[in-house]
Amino acid sequence: MAKHHVEAIVNGDPVEFLCETEETLLDVLRDTLNLTGSKEGCASGDCGACSVMLDGRLVCSCLVLGAEMNGKKVETIEGMASGEKLHPLQQQFLKHAALQCGICTPGFLVAAKALLERNTNPSETEVRYWLAGNLCRCTGYDKIVTAVMDTAAAMRKG
Amino acid sequence: MRYEAPESLEGAVALLAGAKGEARVLAGGTDLLVQMRADILEPDLIVDIKKIPETRAITEEKGGWRIGAAVTGAELKEHPRLKNVWPGVTEAANLIGSTQVQGRATMGGNLCNGSPAADSVPALIAAGALATLVGPNGKRDLPVEDVMLGPRKLALQKGEIVASFLLPPRPPRSSDAYLRFIPRTEMDIAVVGAGVSLTVDAAGTVTAARVSLGAVAARVLLVAAAAQAIIGSRLDKPAQDRLEAAAQAVCQPIDDKRGTVEFRIQVAGVLARRAALIALDRARSN
Repeated sequence: MAKHHVEAIVNGDPVEFLCETEETLLDVLRDTLNLTGSKEGCASGDCGACSVMLDGRLVCSCLVLGAEMNGKKVETIEGMASGEKLHPLQQQFLKHAALQCGICTPGFLVAAKALLERNTNPSETEVRYWLAGNLCRCTGYDKIVTAVMDTAAAMRKG
Repeated sequence: MRYEAPESLEGAVALLAGAKGEARVLAGGTDLLVQMRADILEPDLIVDIKKIPETRAITEEKGGWRIGAAVTGAELKEHPRLKNVWPGVTEAANLIGSTQVQGRATMGGNLCNGSPAADSVPALIAAGALATLVGPNGKRDLPVEDVMLGPRKLALQKGEIVASFLLPPRPPRSSDAYLRFIPRTEMDIAVVGAGVSLTVDAAGTVTAARVSLGAVAARVLLVAAAAQAIIGSRLDKPAQDRLEAAAQAVCQPIDDKRGTVEFRIQVAGVLARRAALIALDRARSN
């Protein structure tokens, strides 16, 4: 059948694309819109490397169909920095070396930003539970958790 | 592969009833898309039910609560009142997957995926929830325990969908709880799950109870004998022992890498007891 014609807002910009039913939002972002920051790790919703915001809700873009995107708002890692200015989370990830190979990093950043937007003072336990759906095979998580906690503390100070 | 997103239940039913070949309902997609990706499923038609208002609403009805089949776990948790009235149902739905999965996963999908280990299903069964089905022959209500017949087997007719769940009115001093065992703290599938809903009188005696067990048989079980074991008691030690024994007596689990038969049976009793004690504690303070 004919491809789906979809109009959505991605990182604040209106976009139009065509997609097959079986293409996921992640496929569309990476292969059609050339937004390759979101990564495919497991393609089954277990690893969180493809995390994006969909109408303000944190989701795995591998578990969403591109065809569902009509009229939706998507925010990806590409929209996180303001021009050359990194988001405080990105700065803290660099400062704490909270990444090694980097594949999981965009997903962690998008997920952590979603947490800090709802809770400016999370406990370490809350951070770890919130990020339980983001897998990192390099860092052992401690540096990531520290970076998120420090960002929260810095953002609270303003 | 065709994708349709009708805006009415009638539209969804017409599409599904008229489908040639394999048709699947898409709610949150957290099971469907994984199965499509793994080539377990290749439907000819996908009917997305999220644009149908009835599937997305949480409303009070006849003193109880109606929850749309496509309401997400995150939405259940954020609801200002539901978690006080039905903490067990809310916590069960919120044990499914990660924060990301919670943003999409639904109780309608959890039930219709047809897994005996589905976390929200024992809680819904213990709650006495009805599933409201809409199909080519109209609307009917089915107790949730009668919807799933076995792994991946449902009592739905062709063209029929689960539109919503109805949780019954709560008498005073009622509450519920759901517990599951997994080898880690998050992001896993239940080895055993246990849901208990109960009501106590002013003296603390259990006057009504429902007990449901997941992942210990081919379908999620409603265990009437386990409920009978505690009705009329104050959930003292002998009643707890009777509950545990009754729960264990109905288990017919599989032996797999997640747990042996012996382990699952033992844990089913332990979780039923603990869930009952949590529900009791909550009910007393209601």
